[in-house]
Amino acid sequence: MKRLLFALLLLATVVRADTAGSIYQVAAALADQSGVLRRMDVYQGHPVLVTMFYGSCPMACPLLIDTLRATERAAPASERSQLRLLLISIDPERDTVANLKALGESRKLDPTRWTLARTDAASVRKIAAVLGIQYRKLPDGGYNHSSIVTLLDANGEIQYQSSVLGKADPELLTALDRITQPARAQRQVAEPSVR
Amino acid sequence: MKKLMRHRRYLAALALMLVSLGHAESPDTPAAPAIPGGSFESVLPPAPSVKNVRIQPFRLDRTPVTNEQFATFLRTHPQWRRDRVAKVFADEQYLSHWQAPLDPGQENLRRPVVHVSWFAATAYCEAQGARLPRWHEWEYVAAASDRQRDARNDPAWRQQILSWYSRSGRGPLPAVGGTTANAFGIQDLHGVIWEWVEDAGGMLVSSDNREQSSADVMRFCGEGALTMEQKENYATLMRIAMLSSMKARYTSATMGFRCASDVRTGS
Repeated sequence: MKRLLFALLLLATVVRADTAGSIYQVAAALADQSGVLRRMDVYQGHPVLVTMFYGSCPMACPLLIDTLRATERAAPASERSQLRLLLISIDPERDTVANLKALGESRKLDPTRWTLARTDAASVRKIAAVLGIQYRKLPDGGYNHSSIVTLLDANGEIQYQSSVLGKADPELLTALDRITQPARAQRQVAEPSVR
Repeated sequence: MKKLMRHRRYLAALALMLVSLGHAESPDTPAAPAIPGGSFESVLPPAPSVKNVRIQPFRLDRTPVTNEQFATFLRTHPQWRRDRVAKVFADEQYLSHWQAPLDPGQENLRRPVVHVSWFAATAYCEAQGARLPRWHEWEYVAAASDRQRDARNDPAWRQQILSWYSRSGRGPLPAVGGTTANAFGIQDLHGVIWEWVEDAGGMLVSSDNREQSSADVMRFCGEGALTMEQKENYATLMRIAMLSSMKARYTSATMGFRCASDVRTGS
């Protein structure tokens, strides 16, 4: 029985990003704050909080980072260690790798768990579309955009979307708890077969 | 690549010869006419204080993409077939009017393709080395009557458009290229289908969210806060409302698309 369960779990991990609902199917090339090229599935296998922002944004985007940090802090330690955070710029012209790196450092975002990424304009539109984020460039070079934090499961499927800003959304934390549980179960089931 | 282009030119010439009897096509009517740039007063101003939009020169498909053209695309891009497409990129109605995953059915060949999502339309245009037109580009070209580039103040033209819209949605779609070309040489912008635009996902973002702290207000009330000008252009406003109600994976029996591309200056 345990063997069967393990086999099923193994199968589930093989299917991964091919899962029909995975947003990791957006074929975008991201550059992270170190200039390393990544794909959308940079944090595949982890629960991920993903949102879009632009670095020169005066108000809503610092608040978005605050929101992600508050969520991270409010999560239980076991979930926090698995959680990853992905911020994708909607302003590839001005958010260069150097600017993203500086932003990450000034906000003291741990680069092993936080990725600040830029991509090309066409990919920005596609990523925004799968996340349901609306944005519009303004004549002054700024952007209007909806501030939505999306929780992805290990396969990149959308599990919850929150528009609560400035504090951890309790429902988002509940969803994170729900999707982090199976990973623990997987470890327990996997151990006997490994031996 | 050059070889391919030459090959394609022969094919295009051959195709033109073949279709010239059935359709009003000739070498004088390019598939994607160049649209001169200009300044334009949009119903959707870029910001409350900015009235005019500058349109850069671009090319726009003369007619919407047909089912036949879309079927050709699917042969080389099978991941967009209705039986293979990822559900994040298209809803359940995607290409549901076709007889089979690669067969639109004879009667649909020359009709504009509909039941396509924004993602699929974007992929089609990218495969042609093109893109979807931006809303302001679409609006700019769609403001033209057969005689004037901006006919929006012509009551007769406005009335004609409104009567088209009141008829649309009934009966099967007509074949593309059935309406008179406008002053830019573009056809079927009104009275046939709705059309996806590149920035469909950002048209009704409120103008002033940066001072707000509540995303809820942004998401649900922002749309009402947008200043839309020229309210007498009812048909255009309807189109914006339609586009804004569609998520990028949604499809509709009356929503199709055409492609656009940039014109490089100095060539």
